Amino acid sequence: MSAIVAAAPAVETPWQRFRRQFAESRLALLGLALLVVVIAIALFAPWIAPQNPYDLAKLDLLDARLPPGAQAADGMTYWLGTDGQGRDMLSAILYGLRVSLYVGVASGVIALTLGAVIGVLAAYLGGRFEQIIMRIVDIQLGFPAILVALILLAVLGKGVDKIIIALVTVQWAYYARTARSAAVVERSKEYIEAARALGLSAWRIVLRHLLPNALPPLIVVGTVQVAHAIALEATLSFLGLGLPPTEPSLGLLIANGYEVLMSGKYWISVYPGVALLVTILAINLVGDQLRDVLNPRLSR
Amino acid sequence: MTVFVLRRLAQTLLVLLITSVLVFGGLFLIGDPVEILVNPSADQIEKERATKALGLDKPLHEQYFGFLRGALTGNLGNSFVYARPALEVIFERMPATLELAFLAMVIAVVLGIPLGLYAGLRPHSVLSKTIMAGSILGFSLPTFWVGLILILIFAVTLGWLPSTGRGPTTDVLGLQLSIFTWEGLRYALLPAINLALFKLSLIIRLTRAQVREQSLLDYIKFARAKGLTNARVIGVHLLKNIMIPLVTVVGLELGSVIAFAVVTETIFAWPGMGKLVIDSIFQLDRPVVVAYLMVVVFMFIVINLVVDLLYSVLDPRVRLSEVKG
Repeated sequence: MSAIVAAAPAVETPWQRFRRQFAESRLALLGLALLVVVIAIALFAPWIAPQNPYDLAKLDLLDARLPPGAQAADGMTYWLGTDGQGRDMLSAILYGLRVSLYVGVASGVIALTLGAVIGVLAAYLGGRFEQIIMRIVDIQLGFPAILVALILLAVLGKGVDKIIIALVTVQWAYYARTARSAAVVERSKEYIEAARALGLSAWRIVLRHLLPNALPPLIVVGTVQVAHAIALEATLSFLGLGLPPTEPSLGLLIANGYEVLMSGKYWISVYPGVALLVTILAINLVGDQLRDVLNPRLSR
Repeated sequence: MTVFVLRRLAQTLLVLLITSVLVFGGLFLIGDPVEILVNPSADQIEKERATKALGLDKPLHEQYFGFLRGALTGNLGNSFVYARPALEVIFERMPATLELAFLAMVIAVVLGIPLGLYAGLRPHSVLSKTIMAGSILGFSLPTFWVGLILILIFAVTLGWLPSTGRGPTTDVLGLQLSIFTWEGLRYALLPAINLALFKLSLIIRLTRAQVREQSLLDYIKFARAKGLTNARVIGVHLLKNIMIPLVTVVGLELGSVIAFAVVTETIFAWPGMGKLVIDSIFQLDRPVVVAYLMVVVFMFIVINLVVDLLYSVLDPRVRLSEVKG
């Protein structure tokens, strides 16, 4: 450690050190590159996709379940084949990626905000409030996410908003626990005492002082959780409990191919799954390295 | 210790009660089971008769207290679809789920701990890096999609293993189990591997992280300084200490495997309770859904309790009164 510091030119800012340590793993850089590509594809899907999969007028039922590389009547090539409604799989995947990423990121951001505020508040206030919150967190984390989400969706029904509600409900507790344990360490430090001595309000201390310092572990949990959320949404949609068929996410596309899988028509299920895998893998590779870089326990 | 167990049991009852209120109330709000159960051509009178027969004409709180009264005597209501006690239907399906979960967990532990140990002891070898890369892949693969790929490769393309249903069962200690005959095991193999993959990655990563953290500690250095053999240092000193978090995780994951069986059972048409609950959700068979949850929540709490108790046996430093009860 000391040798590395000595070799580093002059004073390294924390951001520079973070970037250098992150770049030490080539696998993580690969993950980051993949992630950037995936996000770009999701953002620009309407401009990249050869076909608008939502536009029913463009679909031709005669083109249903064509293998990859087949030609459409109007000369377009279906590079990844077509599904049961004659939809170009490549276009469907690009749009599906958009839906999957949106659901995963939106639920992650909401759950992180909610969980972080509750967790930090619990640590700051302590006492009865902390006890009750942490007991709820413990009990909820005792149950697997899929079970909780399954039941919620059985009650709520299908829809983008409903699956986001379900995903936030299963995820907030992870953030709350992480935020609380980070804030418990911070709350006894001198700068918090100084802030209290200055007479700052509780909200100001929590939001401006405690929260920023509890952020690194939250970011690590956040990357893992977004990957989980995307996988969970796909699983629930596959089971028929997540998104409605009008908004086909990757999970729903895979479900569509499940029925014809036995007859060897593999492409309808396989390619959306590859897209899903690449997305989750990219996030996990980045998250893995973030954990190593941001973890003070591993002496680097 | 007794106080600890009693307090946990009281908490269990409270959690079961809250779950039952939430689920009962929630399920009451959605759909009308009569519309699904009764012949579509049935007239209004017939529908009303069915509603009355199922007790759905009563107000929600009366239905709930009826359910509670029954629950106290071990009766969680009759299934709308099977017209039999919901618990009976669930217990019939339970051995299938349990044997699948058990087989998956065995696969994950038997492969995961040695691989994790190796990766932790030789972190820089090529094989270790391959193992770790593989575990990230296993972490990232969505379970249901892997199931489809397994079917595609081993059932559709190669034709080695069957992909749907459960094999012939034999009577083992009063339970109808299929994994003790070769023919039955053939059916269980693909779904069990599917279910095991995620847990395998988890156990590899956890074992490796533990090995790496523990190997730096003084007691390992001391054991080595004493001149103990490598096998003894790793097999006794190290393994014993990394077992503590491992037992917790394996125990807790057993519950999550049972929950995740919902997905695997649906893909492989495995007739366990997971498939039952998915079918019941779609058929609006409320008593079965509620009873399934009660059973699973209870199982979870028991598993958590056993894990906590085991924890104190394995690690004498843990005092149960200090564990949040």
